Amino acid sequence: MHIIEAINITKKYEKHTALNNVCIQIPGNSIYGLLGPNGAGKTTFIRIINRITAPDSGTILFDNRPIQPADTSLIGYLPEERGLYKKMRVGEHIVYLAQLKGMPRNEAKIRMKQWLARFDISHWEKRQIEELSKGMQQKVQFITTVIHTPRLLIFDEPFSGFDPINAELLKQEIINLKKEGATVILSTHNMNSVEELCDEISLINRSQVVLQGKVSEIRNRYKKGLFKIKVSSGELSAEENLYTIISEKSNSEGREIILKKADNISINELITRLAAKYPINAFEEMLPSMNEIFIDTVEGRNNTKNERNE
Amino acid sequence: MNKINLIIRQEYLNRIRKRSFLLMCLLMPFLFVASIYAPYWLSEINKSEIKEITVLDYTGLYKNMFTDMPPYRFNYQAIDDPSKNTKTVDAYIIISDDLLQNPEGITICSAKQIDRNFKEHITLQAEKYLENEKLASYQIPNIQEIIAASQVKLNISETRLGENDKYNYPTAEIPVLIGIASTFIIYLFLLLYGVQVMQSVTQEKSSRMVEIIISSIKPFELMTGKIIAIGLAGLTQFAIWGILTIMIILMSTPPIGANTSPDSTLYTEIISQMQIYPFAGLLTGFLLFFIGGYMLYASLFAAIGSTVDNESDAQPFMAPVTIIILFALYAGIYSAQNPEGALAFWCSMIPFTSPIVMMVRLPFGIPLWEIILSLSILFISAFCCIWISGRIYRIGILMYGKRPSCADLLKWIKYKG
Repeated sequence: MHIIEAINITKKYEKHTALNNVCIQIPGNSIYGLLGPNGAGKTTFIRIINRITAPDSGTILFDNRPIQPADTSLIGYLPEERGLYKKMRVGEHIVYLAQLKGMPRNEAKIRMKQWLARFDISHWEKRQIEELSKGMQQKVQFITTVIHTPRLLIFDEPFSGFDPINAELLKQEIINLKKEGATVILSTHNMNSVEELCDEISLINRSQVVLQGKVSEIRNRYKKGLFKIKVSSGELSAEENLYTIISEKSNSEGREIILKKADNISINELITRLAAKYPINAFEEMLPSMNEIFIDTVEGRNNTKNERNE
Repeated sequence: MNKINLIIRQEYLNRIRKRSFLLMCLLMPFLFVASIYAPYWLSEINKSEIKEITVLDYTGLYKNMFTDMPPYRFNYQAIDDPSKNTKTVDAYIIISDDLLQNPEGITICSAKQIDRNFKEHITLQAEKYLENEKLASYQIPNIQEIIAASQVKLNISETRLGENDKYNYPTAEIPVLIGIASTFIIYLFLLLYGVQVMQSVTQEKSSRMVEIIISSIKPFELMTGKIIAIGLAGLTQFAIWGILTIMIILMSTPPIGANTSPDSTLYTEIISQMQIYPFAGLLTGFLLFFIGGYMLYASLFAAIGSTVDNESDAQPFMAPVTIIILFALYAGIYSAQNPEGALAFWCSMIPFTSPIVMMVRLPFGIPLWEIILSLSILFISAFCCIWISGRIYRIGILMYGKRPSCADLLKWIKYKG
């Protein structure tokens, strides 16, 4: 069951195409990563889901039916460039935005107090926003995004400008939101958080989806046959028909070697052959990091495109 | 609809809770009343202060030319006796020649800058005296009666020249007064609250709050909500000013009424004339023209505010609008002198000037069809302007960086969705 289904979304601005025939399916109760270099079209896509801008062509389905204005009350949105009304008081500000999302005033007040208590900032309720530190403001922004218990949450670059403590707090809250049944769309450059949090991703480059799928599948698809082994003693001799050594380093517990398996043998064969010769402590396949996949995909595409242009 | 109400409520509260709003509300009525009473108070202050003028007459011809009149007291001093000069003297008048032969034979000397009123006062008295003397010199029979008759005529022309005492307002002055006052008020409100709309839009954009808001509500609803809220704040301020001004005038009337000097009866007369003036009609006109003009200008200001990143960038865009409003004010003031003229008529039909110019003309009682036509043009253009501004606004608030050209703005208006 998909909560959001984007079908053939195209959006053109005067001189460039922001999104070109983009199809993205976001499964319910998941954390979905939206990746891509700056200017790839992520923010435009997010704005289209939020009905801030309309696509030139294509449809967005919400719960398998075309998205409607009323659906915005089921969505919580934290934009990349975010602000608050500096002259308003914390509590009042949160209640105001909750009401705009369609929450009754009294209920919004109760929820506001609960959230302030949860973040341990109840004593800030009557303070003006401008008196708050940046970290405090980020907490308030987070509360305004989630207070109406939306089914779909969209965080655009949520970790930018967060200190490590607040970033960790945010990560935990995102995991909690998923546990409580919500779906989270995460647009981010922070690839570590993608590996940690996301179930599925779409990589957008130059207004097109260039990579899509489950994080675990993608990492498997991109593996290059690299293995990390630890031996307690001895040195590996080069054996061209089995493997090539990529790097080697020693520490007090022995040696750590990264090697690339030869294409014509199986993993089992490699293990048996190695185990016969060396005292092996650890044997682990190295999956490529999302960071590598990101850079390879984006740069690879850009290079081929440039070559074609030339 | 419910969400627009929320926007209006919050924007309205944000505005009227500001300290500057409260200050303006409380201070302005005192300034209004002060400006009404100021001439009276000032003349009272002037009366208590006596200015000593010493006349040095070298010709010996003009012993009675100047008569004492507060605040001036004239002392005639013999030329050969400077030792008598014990009092402090504010000014000297030196007459060195026969003034009928040589009009330049009179000089005022003073240590301080000579005050214009004083010079006018002296000139007037001297001219009157010399006129009489000249007439007498013709030795016409019955000259006394002729002079008396001509003096009556002279007295009338003097009041027109603006001699303060015994001044009597003709009834035509009241509409002019009310017209000019309401023009200033509507001008002030259009500019003040129009600029507030612009600032509010720009602040929302530069604080990056706008994207969060328009993920819950349409940009057009946000813009109209904001315009309505700020307009309501303006009307609130106007109502408070009105009530406070009336209260202050009512409270300060008794002491003036008790005083029987001609000045105070004059002011009570103005107030009593104002009390019988048909304010209900004028107020309705004011409200309608204010609402129309405000919608027109506020939506323009909102569009300007949405295209810039911060307030200082707005200056070049604001200049043309400010010039139009200022032109309307001058056209209004000019129309007060000639409320039926071509300029007055056309400026009260053009939507950008009509709210201001019409307020001058309304108190003179102009034909109803003109008012209805003017209002229709104003409201139709206001709605068009809101629609166009809304188109620019929805794109402008999300655009940062490059300042849009006129061609860009046209494209924004045409964009779909």
